[in-house]
Amino acid sequence: MSDNVVEVKDLCFNYEKNYILKNINFEINCGEYVGIVGENGSGKSTLLNLMLGNLSPTSGHVYLNEKRIGYLSQQVRNFNKKFPATVEELIAANLYSEMGIFKILTKEHKKRIREVLEIVSMEEYKDRLIGTLSGGQQQRVFLSRLLVNNPKIIFMDEPIVGLDDESIKIFYELMEKLNKELNLTIVMVTHDIRSMEKSADKIICLKDTEMTLKQLNQKKIK
Amino acid sequence: MDILQYDFMRRALIIGVIVSLNCSTIGLFLVLRRFSMVGDTISHVALAGVALGMVTGIYPIYSAIVVSIVASIGIEKLRKTYKEYSELALSIVLAGGIGIASLLISLDQANTNGIMGYLFGSIALVTPKDLKMITVIGTIILAMVIFSYRALFYITFDEESAKYAGIKVNRINVFFSILIALTITLSMRIVGILLVSSLMVLPVATSLQVAKSFKSALIYSNIFGIFAVISGLVISFYLDLAPGGSIVIISLIVLILVIAIKSIKNLTRKTHL
Repeated sequence: MSDNVVEVKDLCFNYEKNYILKNINFEINCGEYVGIVGENGSGKSTLLNLMLGNLSPTSGHVYLNEKRIGYLSQQVRNFNKKFPATVEELIAANLYSEMGIFKILTKEHKKRIREVLEIVSMEEYKDRLIGTLSGGQQQRVFLSRLLVNNPKIIFMDEPIVGLDDESIKIFYELMEKLNKELNLTIVMVTHDIRSMEKSADKIICLKDTEMTLKQLNQKKIK
Repeated sequence: MDILQYDFMRRALIIGVIVSLNCSTIGLFLVLRRFSMVGDTISHVALAGVALGMVTGIYPIYSAIVVSIVASIGIEKLRKTYKEYSELALSIVLAGGIGIASLLISLDQANTNGIMGYLFGSIALVTPKDLKMITVIGTIILAMVIFSYRALFYITFDEESAKYAGIKVNRINVFFSILIALTITLSMRIVGILLVSSLMVLPVATSLQVAKSFKSALIYSNIFGIFAVISGLVISFYLDLAPGGSIVIISLIVLILVIAIKSIKNLTRKTHL
């Protein structure tokens, strides 16, 4: 059985007659931390959306061999800042499909919420309104919303845009922790190639419709 | 209390509580999704439904329910067609609703007084049939909201992420549109077509001033809604005023008071620092 969570074979994608991606081939193994980097318009987000199945390839194939996925979109922080929802209420909403017919939060659910907040070091902010938190804190809450569903792989589109240096540092430390301690497969679209070179196992660099692959760390197959 | 000696007044108060629970609950989701004007649009379309009922001899609330449901599903579909100009969907449906309503009213000019009762609301015209129908449908709406509360909350906060969490967003959106249409048609008997959207928005606007969570926003908007409806009905009974107008003016006064108290509190806090 293959350990690949994602397999991309001879992938091409074009908008009308313009090629965005041409002959893309790579694999992502279970537990790998992968960065997708490139300049604006290089097709990073398009590649991510192809992996998620939001777009269909013009030719070639994308295989996503894992159902438990989490996705942190670029727009996630463009929410109504006056929305009257606490951190706990927002995370609880992600347990929707696991709740019974009347969607009541059980003690077990509350324990899980507490646990994911501890992972992202936000347990003290459980009762705070989401709009009153800083950008970095909000991003960690959104991450904990994904974690509460126990994903095996998470996809993130430019998660550090708009964050201050300190928040970016905390965010990358958290990514490493999730990758190492929970063996979570992480696929992150970012401009920040330097940070990726320090922490990622693999970097997919997109330029002029084509890709180059940098294998920085051969992950042990778990 | 002599007000409770009258059958029509007892009926109006029971309906008032049910209507305010429905309006405040549905209104909270509407306001937070920035769809406040949907209430206004559907209520104007409901006028076409009432006029259709009067022309054809069908019980006007039934015809209004059908027409409003069709219109609210139409808004949902048009919202997707005009993704970048979603308010255009409201203008199109509003124009259609008022156009049809004015044509139908002109066909049946003998019934203008009946239309006025629906436009501004009327306590005296509330029949036992209205009470039965509004109680049944109002309870069903509330049960449906409880049943889909988490999904509605998720979609209201972030529609895109809700899809990845396995929520059937399109289905819930159509279902919610039907709940909006039902709530509006039930409420028009008491507050009137022209003011029903105010009952959906004003208690919510007040609750957002004091809410510390989504749950508390829901509880507060229901408390403010029930208070406005009961006191509005009592005032309209004793002073012989239109019930819809009284309810809305009380809602507005409560909103202004809460904003004023909050501003004074903030000011005193700042001067203490």
